[in-house]
Amino acid sequence: MSAYVLQQLINGLVLGSMYALVAVGFSMIYSIVRLINFAHGDVAMIGAFSTFLVFAAAGLPLWVIVPATLAVGAAVAAIIEFLVFRPQRQAPQVNGFITSLGVSILIQNVGILLLSAQPRSVRLPGLLRTNHDFFGARVTTLDILIVAATLISLLVLTLFVKRTRLGIAMRATSENVSAAQLMGIPVNRVITAAFAVGGALAGLAGLMWGGRYGQIDPLMGFVPGLKAFVAAVIGGVGSLAGAALGGYLLGMAEIMIVGMLPSEYGSYRDAFVFGLLILVLLVMPNGLLGKPAEERA
Amino acid sequence: MTGGTGMMDRLRHNPAALGIGLLLIGAALIAGAEAWLTPFERTVIGFAGINIILAVSLSFSNGLTGLFSLGHPAFMMLGGYTAAILTFPAMRKSTMLPGLPEFIATSELSLLPATLAGGVVAAVAALIAGFPVLRLRGHYLAVATLGLIVIVQVLINNMDSITRGAIGLAGLPRLSNLWWIYGWVAVTLFVTWQLKHASLGRALMSIRENELASASIGVRRARLKLFAFVLGAFFAGVAGALWAHLVTNLTPNSFGIVTAFMIVVMVVLGGSGSLIGAALAAIALSVISEAARPIERAIDAYGLVQIVTATLLIAVLLFRPQGLFGSGEPVTRRMTTPGKPPSKTSHEHRGGFPNETS
Repeated sequence: MSAYVLQQLINGLVLGSMYALVAVGFSMIYSIVRLINFAHGDVAMIGAFSTFLVFAAAGLPLWVIVPATLAVGAAVAAIIEFLVFRPQRQAPQVNGFITSLGVSILIQNVGILLLSAQPRSVRLPGLLRTNHDFFGARVTTLDILIVAATLISLLVLTLFVKRTRLGIAMRATSENVSAAQLMGIPVNRVITAAFAVGGALAGLAGLMWGGRYGQIDPLMGFVPGLKAFVAAVIGGVGSLAGAALGGYLLGMAEIMIVGMLPSEYGSYRDAFVFGLLILVLLVMPNGLLGKPAEERA
Repeated sequence: MTGGTGMMDRLRHNPAALGIGLLLIGAALIAGAEAWLTPFERTVIGFAGINIILAVSLSFSNGLTGLFSLGHPAFMMLGGYTAAILTFPAMRKSTMLPGLPEFIATSELSLLPATLAGGVVAAVAALIAGFPVLRLRGHYLAVATLGLIVIVQVLINNMDSITRGAIGLAGLPRLSNLWWIYGWVAVTLFVTWQLKHASLGRALMSIRENELASASIGVRRARLKLFAFVLGAFFAGVAGALWAHLVTNLTPNSFGIVTAFMIVVMVVLGGSGSLIGAALAAIALSVISEAARPIERAIDAYGLVQIVTATLLIAVLLFRPQGLFGSGEPVTRRMTTPGKPPSKTSHEHRGGFPNETS
């Protein structure tokens, strides 16, 4: 395998890791409250800004920055849930979806107002930008950390959902909200927890995104958020493993389109992503790993 | 509007007279606006009209049928580009847009045929895209139609030889005026109003209320959904064409996700499925956003319009989730008020033209 192909595979893996992190949170929230949360990508943006504008600027070391960013993401998502989604629990699904679009536009524009729409370049400590040679391909320490941190997060998340009381409560709630409530599960608290966990992962993804691409701006979260949704749908909405798989597939496919096809097709990347989405939805409406949804009158 | 004053009742019995009367009033208002208002004010009123077309047509397909499509900007773009290419001065076409087929490159159409062509192209695109996409529902449909916007943007960006790619088309003839725009507003309202109050509209609403139940009583849901989607796309294409000839330039980023959002807000504010509600919300939002623009510039606070709009949207969804007028029309409230038997059957209201047209 040529070094070029290997390089593309690595880039795809890194991009896919970030999509996977956002997609898993997306999917978690969806499986419990049946809400497609457009504002999820903007939580990642807030995570990136707090990382670079606050924590890194204050000179904190990385082992403080990462948990702090996770906390910010969790807090922001939980607050959004409490303020706008909780009062609408009984409303039709589409209302929640439109609301989340509103929240997303609101966050972005408040961001533009307070921080300006100009992208800022951000830098990570030199240590993270060190290049390593990997069979001829170039890999930075950050790339390795992104892939490793994603895998660890996904592993911890799986254990959390399968083994802990709260995780089991989450799965019960996603199975059937009213039955869970009757069993004495504090449904509201479980939902807030799901938002918080998803938000923490999104915040982490924001940190990675900013570090990897070297710049942050208030609109940076929207398109990756949308694509993470596409990833979640491809994998099967509601399935965490599916979301992670979809994230990696999408990241890999995107990089391959740009890297492997003649360059005049490179600019069709986003059209390809959404074309793929429509195709997957038509051929496998439940995604790769999703469960079939039953239809009730 | 519920008061049974003699004048109003007599007009209700004679929808044709009501329609003609409203058209005359509208025409008088437009003539007045063209004569006395400043160009800036006329432009604002023009934007309001275009937004009415967009919001009413989206309210028809989304609010009435329960489709949740965000695809309007994609159809606006198709309609806008089609019309702009058709009206573009033939002299400049050959150098600027070398990829055009001979018969388009040498012709130069006036606004009406170009607008119609724009609408038709958008409708055909909706027909093609609708077949697969409308099998999806709810969230999935929303995101797939969002995908349509991205796909159309990317295609226009890359077809340099007929669209000039990212540079866009500048210096279009300024053919849109209030007569054309509000003429189309009248057509949009008339068509959607007639359809809503015909059996077709009832069938569409039954799909929204309960798709399975409506299918089981014999409503051909696939066909009807496609029809509503295509009709909405046609008017979106027309609106895009009018927009292009009002603003006089068009780029692949002229309409995007934010446009979709603004139109959805108008529909939600007005009440899903309420045509008049959508029109009123479109007027209100257009005025708010144009009024806020000088403020934005003065205090250097770009994004203020979106912040206000988004806050308004969230507040309405939290406190009045059915929108201002629900699914009814303010002028025919009596038909839908529970407890009070309707004094007239709905077919007598057909052709009743809303008084807010102008």
